[in-house]
Amino acid sequence: MVIKLDKVDVVVVGTGWAGGVVSAELSKAGYKVVALERGKNVTREDYIGVKDELRYTDRYEMMQNLASETITSRNYIDETALPVRTRKEVMVGTDLGGGSVHWAGATYRWKPYDFEIRSKTIERYGEKKIPADMTIQDWGITYDEMEPYYDRWEKTAGISGEPDPIGDMRSSDYPNPPMKSSPAVNLFMETTKKMGYHPYRVPSGNLSQPYTNPDGEKMNQCMFCSFCSHYGCDFGAKSDPLVTVLPTAMKTGNFEARTGAYVRRVLYNDGKATGVLYTDVMTGEEFEQPADVVVLAAFTFTNNRLLLLSKIGQPYDPKTRTGVIGRNFNAQFNITFLGARGYFKDKKFNYYMGAGALGATLSDFAGDNFDHSNVDFINGGGIELRQYGDGAIATNHVPKGTPGWGEEFKKNSVYYANRSLVVWYTMATMSYWHNFLDLDPMYTDSFNDPLLRVTYKYTDQDRNMAKFGIEKSREIMEAMGADIVDEDEVPEEFDHIYDGMHYAGGVIMGTDPATSAVNNYLQMWDVNNLFVVGASAFPQFAGHHPTATVGALAYRASEGIVNYLKNGGQLVKGEQKSHSI
Amino acid sequence: MADKSTGTNEKSGMSRRTFIKNSGLVAGGLVGGGLFGGLLTNQFQKKPELAAFSDEKISGGLQEARVFINRAEDFKILSAATERLFPKDDVGPGAIELGVPYFIDKQLAGEWGMNAKEYMKGPFITNIQAAGNHNNSGNQDSQGPNAATQVPTPTPRYQSILNRGEIFTLGLRRIDQVSQEDFGARFVDLAPEKQDEVLRMFEEDKVELKGVGSSNFFYMLLQVTIEGAYADPVYGGNKDMMGWKMKEYPGPRMSYLDTIEAEEFIVMEPESLRNYQGH
Repeated sequence: MVIKLDKVDVVVVGTGWAGGVVSAELSKAGYKVVALERGKNVTREDYIGVKDELRYTDRYEMMQNLASETITSRNYIDETALPVRTRKEVMVGTDLGGGSVHWAGATYRWKPYDFEIRSKTIERYGEKKIPADMTIQDWGITYDEMEPYYDRWEKTAGISGEPDPIGDMRSSDYPNPPMKSSPAVNLFMETTKKMGYHPYRVPSGNLSQPYTNPDGEKMNQCMFCSFCSHYGCDFGAKSDPLVTVLPTAMKTGNFEARTGAYVRRVLYNDGKATGVLYTDVMTGEEFEQPADVVVLAAFTFTNNRLLLLSKIGQPYDPKTRTGVIGRNFNAQFNITFLGARGYFKDKKFNYYMGAGALGATLSDFAGDNFDHSNVDFINGGGIELRQYGDGAIATNHVPKGTPGWGEEFKKNSVYYANRSLVVWYTMATMSYWHNFLDLDPMYTDSFNDPLLRVTYKYTDQDRNMAKFGIEKSREIMEAMGADIVDEDEVPEEFDHIYDGMHYAGGVIMGTDPATSAVNNYLQMWDVNNLFVVGASAFPQFAGHHPTATVGALAYRASEGIVNYLKNGGQLVKGEQKSHSI
Repeated sequence: MADKSTGTNEKSGMSRRTFIKNSGLVAGGLVGGGLFGGLLTNQFQKKPELAAFSDEKISGGLQEARVFINRAEDFKILSAATERLFPKDDVGPGAIELGVPYFIDKQLAGEWGMNAKEYMKGPFITNIQAAGNHNNSGNQDSQGPNAATQVPTPTPRYQSILNRGEIFTLGLRRIDQVSQEDFGARFVDLAPEKQDEVLRMFEEDKVELKGVGSSNFFYMLLQVTIEGAYADPVYGGNKDMMGWKMKEYPGPRMSYLDTIEAEEFIVMEPESLRNYQGH
């Protein structure tokens, strides 16, 4: 029997950056907000003493338990998808704060080009530059319109950084200066500057100094202890929802974060979402939480799956190429982080020290910053060197030709433990009609609901761009003085490993209800009181990390939700476009 | 040994004593100025008597008993195999000396060995090569945004009904069987080069294993061997932090704020989670 709870103004599914920002903004505006999180209730104390590489990096302590639910994966439409069974193959965040707690902290704004990619590509190179199978589209919002939201999010998160010298308009500086640097980062900066590029320090959610954000939340200065990516910060020095937006929401008295609440359906009646159905994972009881506005702000996979399970919106059908839910699934997989590794015979780096976003980057080969007339791809990516602070289990990089185990492996892996650096190309991924999400016909979760199925393959665009980035990375690594430079190899096909957390699309934003699910306030075209917030809204992936854009979109959506609660109705008028998809 | 040369930029100006003194100052700063100072004080301030608990004394031999692998014979095969993957040499101790076989035994007895947090619902497709979407060519070392922080072993697609504990039991016995059939002796009695040949057959998927590809088993064995050499000693491997000492890895530390900019390489006496957590 389903227990019906009292109605609230807003119910939010998910407590990461997306759900956290929405919760904070709506509860600050005086609305009653309940956020539902399927994972555990965690606080800063849960992360004290987490400096355990085996437990967190290798055994994925902070990731979703796949025993009850995973995804299935295949490359081609006629293939049978197989479940992605282990946490070594798929990383999905869980617990209060979600994936935003164990992020590394690298924070990039996306470019004007990214938001209007279709128009700008056609404008500069002609329609033919876009391959027939590629389904990239404009977001229905421009960089100039996004800028104030980026600015707000950076201030909330206390980002430490310096502007990209060839970057775009900023209304203000980062709230904090860049972090301290290290010899490896300096070497990258100096070398690439000499090469005529425009390096700058990675804007970071690891704070360079103590900081109080505009909501009054305090954060500490990063200690460079190395335990960021895969870990919660035990010092409150990495910006995440647990030290920023969730406490802000809590202070209003209008907010409740309900953990162990596994949302299974969005309830929908007569063109309106009426609330959500969830199961309490501690008791197995089922609850209905009615609300005036439903916000899906969970991970990309969950946002898509909940809409498909709830039968809201037209599911995408690759055969007819119609429908919107699951369309344009896009992501950064292994091919998007290839580059070159350099081995220094006589130089040692303190590479066991570091922080998730300690590093330097350059945008000379990002977006449309370089001429694509004579290259066989569009878009690009940042080139980065990061000093995460490697653990002992991870530092086994050996020059090519070294066997993968045995005496020679051991000798080289120990020798080069502090003598190798990597430079990589964080390239963009474009969307294609054949890469999409739907429900799996065979595999189910512990409630016997279908799993989400991913159909994804690499394209020539991906492989060509990766090759380009590897070449640039190799040139930089050689100029940095490495004695041995090993290039990464471009994989033939996607290998079903989802280890990067950067999965997007499926509930994308746009101007045309035929090719997008939400408008530029993340409001569903056909369900006025349902907002779907997060990377699921990206029509394609830019060549940089996604978190700042998720944060900015969450501020945009919050504004839309307040507007809707006051005035109702569709906030944007849809435009029918004639171009085929 | 030539590889031991530490180069010209080896730490010079800073002794270990100086570093410890400095990091003490850092900790003082944290506690005074930190938001969570009160919360962290107990964690960060080490009691002087902690030094008396050397890891040598607490690890001892008491943890060296099997809790998953029943047959002593299986454990001997495991030990011999891990020692070939990570042999003792002039660089430092090998898998056996580091306690890797006991580490693996404990891992198999726990969440990892039982696939407690993996998706284990059917149907299972065991012949995934034939299904066309098997992939074990990728080396995780050079792939993915987390590549730099992952064990650099390939990740074959896991599609077995067997959990890791069952796969290890099956795999270890098959190693012995292949040794006897193809090389005429028990695995533990083979010459090291022959042992390598047997292991290579598994690595290259040339051995039939019921329910799982032999390379799946091999890469799991390789992964967990490297983990056993370098994980925190609390898990039973990396005995006396010898793996860390070999690699000049300092173990978990609270702060490198004062040293992150240092040009010279800094060697520190490693600390473990036990030092870090304090008791």
